[in-house]
This record gives sequence, structure tokens and C-alpha cells, in this order.
Amino acid sequence: MTRTTRIAAALLGGTLLTTPGLAQEVEGAPDALRIGITTFLTGPASVFGVPAQEGAEMLIEGINADGGIGGVPVEATFIDEGAGAQALTTAYRREVENGADVMLASISSGNCTQLAPLAEDLEVINIMWDCGTQRIFEEEDYEYVFRTQANATPEMLAAVLYLIDRKPDFRTIAVVNQDYAWGRDSWDIFSTALKALKPDAEVVGEFFPAFGAPDFSTEISRLSALRPDVILSTSWGGDLDTFVQQAAQRGLMDQSTFVLPLGESSLERLGSALPEGVIVGARGDHFFRHPEMMGDAEFDAFVEGFRERTGSYPIYSVFHMAQALAALEAAYEKAVEANGGAWPDTEQVIAAMEGLEFQAFGRPVTIRDDHQGVEAQMMGTTAADPDLPFRTLTDIVIYDGAPLTAPPGEESLEWLGTLSPDFAGTVDAATFD
Amino acid sequence: MDASLVVLALFDGVAYAALVFMVAVGLTLIFGVLRVLNVAHGSLYAIGAYVTVSIGGAMFAAGFSPVLAFPLMLIAAALVGVVLGAPIEKFLLARIYHRPEVLQLLVTFAVFMILEDVQRLVWGNQPYFESSAVQLLGNVEVFGVFYTRYQLLFLPLVALATLVGLRLFLRRTLTGKLITAVTEDREAAQSIGIDAERVYMLTFVAGAALAGLGGALASPTTSVLPGIGADMIVLSFAVVATAGLGQIEGAAITALLIGLGRSFAVYLLPELQVLVPYLIMLLVLLVRPEGLFGTPAARKI
Repeated sequence: MTRTTRIAAALLGGTLLTTPGLAQEVEGAPDALRIGITTFLTGPASVFGVPAQEGAEMLIEGINADGGIGGVPVEATFIDEGAGAQALTTAYRREVENGADVMLASISSGNCTQLAPLAEDLEVINIMWDCGTQRIFEEEDYEYVFRTQANATPEMLAAVLYLIDRKPDFRTIAVVNQDYAWGRDSWDIFSTALKALKPDAEVVGEFFPAFGAPDFSTEISRLSALRPDVILSTSWGGDLDTFVQQAAQRGLMDQSTFVLPLGESSLERLGSALPEGVIVGARGDHFFRHPEMMGDAEFDAFVEGFRERTGSYPIYSVFHMAQALAALEAAYEKAVEANGGAWPDTEQVIAAMEGLEFQAFGRPVTIRDDHQGVEAQMMGTTAADPDLPFRTLTDIVIYDGAPLTAPPGEESLEWLGTLSPDFAGTVDAATFD
Repeated sequence: MDASLVVLALFDGVAYAALVFMVAVGLTLIFGVLRVLNVAHGSLYAIGAYVTVSIGGAMFAAGFSPVLAFPLMLIAAALVGVVLGAPIEKFLLARIYHRPEVLQLLVTFAVFMILEDVQRLVWGNQPYFESSAVQLLGNVEVFGVFYTRYQLLFLPLVALATLVGLRLFLRRTLTGKLITAVTEDREAAQSIGIDAERVYMLTFVAGAALAGLGGALASPTTSVLPGIGADMIVLSFAVVATAGLGQIEGAAITALLIGLGRSFAVYLLPELQVLVPYLIMLLVLLVRPEGLFGTPAARKI
């Protein structure tokens, strides 16, 4: 049941109508740079996948309108991650065999784990554009696989740092995460980091309701009776929306401080149901009101354009997609230059990806030698805004990505265990009101 | 676990059981009469929720009173029963009653798949949340824990009313007695002049409307998004199979069992919470393969 969408024809048509001027001739350039993108078009994770697809279409139209990458127009095909692992693998393989130059896969960590070895076998460059599992590069070395954003370790570590800094006196914490790999792994990372950085914090409850659970009433009653100082949830999508709404309805959010590391992606949907004073993260420094990016002409145009096109503000998955495409563009341009102005082969693009620095709509990202991206992390606190029908973020902190990312060759959980409470003081953090 | 926690767990269990029962009862009613396991029941549940949320959202945004949320639920349920249930019975199921059960299962599964995509076409992939009904009734405090009156009182009362109402309807009214007669023995009922086709149609529409009502009642407490129908149908099957197919009172007791089992698990062994409904089903079916209240089927030759 794989749905693929071909938008190339429309894009090429658009290119011809706009200025073809700036692009110079690149020797040996193909007719098109073909990329295959896996994203969730169906299933619960389509809350990330569909906006990211719309973002990709919009950005690729922009790239092609400017003459493409190195003068070559980009042609994108989308593959649905929601169709199941088997169908995804088949579609991925077919896409590569049909001549895709680069693959962008995927959102799900499970799918990344499965597709990374396949990309090596097929000898195709694969940019992991959204998945968060830290294990991929810690457990295996890859030649063809890169990640253009952070992984779960810096994402969780930033949440711990922000929590400890803003609520230094909290004693007890409970967690309510989805019962699948991300819910479990993110809690392992968070709790390991918390133990290292604030050894006196006590975990008083661990709940892992089923993925897609429609009802958290019992967990909420239990938490209301436990009264922990802090409640963490790394849930997302409908699960997070339901949990927040039910917790808010029953006064739990007045009792405890909520920490929602993926909350940025639910802000607009939750509207005023999300109380003020909730700690929210965005899997990187992603926000449509990014304090360092607002006022930048390209950033403002993108946010406004995305809103006109889709009716919503862009969320972190859209920004991750933008980073992957920015990395692709930067890598090819670097490789063309290194190749004396001629179109590069796959090995030359790989060489260009290593150590690459690129920027989309957040701080610049660099790719380390182990192919892991180093991305800054943003945390903030929800607040009402008279101009918005939903919560904005205030008291924003942007942390440097490098010190939060486990050094190459080290396993995250072991590395986190070696940290000490004074680690917080060593991380460069910029605060915005 | 002290006494106050036991009470809290009881409340949570009953509230959850009420919702599960509302969906399972329609499924078991349809099976009892039509002998068709209707997989599309999950879609009817989801569509009931979607209709309530989208009409409700538009109405309250336009300034209508949130009190209208309650009649709206009944309207959504009736719409699901008549607009979807009736054509499904008339144009699909009516043609395959004499066909093998596997085929019937496949047909309702196909309807389920089609309706899942229809939902995606109409409502997209973003979650909806519309909780005016819950907010209107407010909260009540028990041992320092806030409960919504909607979940603690309203849902269990509706479930109880449905149970008693169905029982009275089937035992005391003419139509109800006709339905019971067809359930007992279709051929005998037809031979004494009962219009079985009409009974089938009525039952299916009622069952579909109950699924829609279950969705409508659940909608103010949860995010409405693609996939809720599939989750609910799996749980409803567990309830119906544990109770014994076609057993309405059995479904109520099983829903209660599963609801309480689940909530006590959250208090005592949170890791088991997801498993509890299926553990209960497994234990019951090991001992009584026909279900708690089911009777071994006599094979007709």
C-alpha cells in the first residue's frame, strides 16, 4: 500500500517559468538530482511526516526556482513509512534501483535502524533526516549514512539541564512515556543524566501506557495521589495531546511541573488547553519564533510561506527536513568545487559530507567524523501571547550542541554516567526572554 | 495500597469500563442476531467521534451553547447508524448471510479498510480535541484527587442506562421480542411469519448507532485521530470473546472486569497494564472456550 508521489514534472515546469539565469554549467551534470524521501504519510506519526513532506515540496520548489543544486534540478519521490517495515524496505530498494542519487530516511528510529545497513549494501548515500536513536552510530560504523540533526542524548540532556536550572529545588519526578522504543530509550537517557547531574532527585513513578492509548485517567489519578514535583513525558502527537488535555482538565498540571521535550510539535494543536509554565523542547533549536533567526529574511519568508501553504506554523520535523536538504545542497556544492567544477561521484559527495557545516532555519549544524550531526538544543517555558491562539515560548535557552553530544566512539549511557553535577556550568547556554 | 487508593482505582476502572462497554455492546448485539463479526464496528466508532468533534467544534466556535454537546452526541450516533449502518447491511451484508463466515469477516474487514481511508480523506491526519462536554460538567474532588464528573458519573450512568434499556427493550417490547426470536432460531422465526430481514436491518442499524455513540461519548475525553478505530475494535473483540459472543450482560461484566484489572494494574504493576485485558481473555478462554456467559453452540445439520 505504498503511496509514492511524483512532483518532479510540476517542479520542472515551474523552473522553466522562473529565472533560469544564475545556474552555471557543471561538467558531467545529470538531468536531475534524484532523491527518495521516506516519511510518515499515514499512521499516528503522520503528524510529523505530512508537514515535513509539505516542507520538502516547498523547499525543493525554491531550490529549483533558483536553478537547482549546482545547476541540476532536484526531483523528489516520497515513500510512506506508515506502510510497514516490509513495504518500506521494498519501496526503498526499488527507489535506489531506479536511480535515486541520495535517500532521506527516516522519521522512525526503527526504520533508520533497518534502512542504514540496507543503504550500505546498496551503496547509496542516506541522510537520516529525523530519527533520534543514538545507537546507530554508537554501535556501528557507516560509510554511506549521515545524520543532519542531533540524537536523543543531547535532546534529553538539554531537558535535564533546563529543568535543574529552572527548578533547582525539585525532589521527586515521575515519567509517563509511550510504551515503545522511543518512550523507553528516552527515559533511560533522561534518568541516567538526571542521576548524574542531580543525584538527590527521586523517581517516584514510571508509567508506560500503550502507544496510542486513548485514556490516561488512571495514570493521572495515580499521579495526583503521588504528587511528584515534576512529571516528564517524551510522548508526541495524539498521545501527548490527550495526556496534556486530560491532565489539565483534572488539575494535575497545577500540582506538578510538566516537562515535555517534544512539546513544540503540539503547541498549535493544544491551543489554550496547554497551561503556562510548562517546560517544552523541540528536538534541536527549532521554533517558528527562533529568537536568533526571527528577522532573518529567509527564515521569516519560510515560516510565512509554510503557513500560507498549509495553514499551520512549521514544527521541528519541518525544520529537520530543511536541515537535510540544506546539507544536501551544501555537500554537492562543496563537492563540485573540490572536483574542479565538475559533477562529483558518490565518493566525492561522501567526502564533502564529512565535516560539513550547513545551516537551515536554526543555528549551523556540523557533521562529525562519525557522521553524527551536532545540533544546538533549545528549551523554553510556555506562556500566553495575545497575538496567538496558542502558547508561545518564553525564557528560551539555546545550548551548544557539541558538549551535549556523546564524544565519537562512546556509548551515550556510559558517557552520561560519567558526568557530574558541575557539568551544567561547562555548557555554553544563551538565554532569551 | 491503602483504602483511598483502592477507591481511586475503582473509580478509574468503572469509568474506563463504561466506555469500553458502550462499544462492545453494539458489536455483541450484531453478532448475537446476525452471526456476523463486524470488523467495521471500529470505523463506525471512529466516525461517531469525528462527527461529534467536527460539528461540535464548528458549533461552539460559532457561539452555540456547550450544552448542545450532549444532544449532538445522540445525533452523531443516529447519523452513523442510518447513513452508514443501513447501507452496509442492505447492500453488503444482506447478500452474504448464507456465505461462509470467513467471507463475511473479509467483507467487513474490507469495509473497515475503506472507511479508514475515508476518514483520512475527510478529516486528514491531525488529531482533533473538543472537550466542551467535559468542561461543562466540571470536576469533583475525591481524596484530594480531581476527577471529571463526565468520566466519574456521566459515562457510567449512560452505560448503565444503555444496559437496562437494551434489556427492557429486548424482553418487554414487540420488536425486541422479534429480535430475540430471530436470534434463537432464524428459520423457526421466519416460518411463523417474522420478517427476519427487517429484524437484521434494525439490529445492524442499532448496533452501528451504538458504535457511533461510543465514539461520540469518548470524543470529549481523548484525541480523535487516525487509528482509534483499530485500537477500539481489538479491545472490543477481547471483551466480546471473553463474555461469550452475543452476551449483552456478559459484555457489561467483562468490560468491568477489564476496566478494573487495568486500573489496579496501573497502581500495583504498571508494566502489566497493556497486557491486562488480554491476560483476562486468555485465562477465561482457557477455562471456558465459549466465554464467561457463552453456551457451547449446537451444530446444526
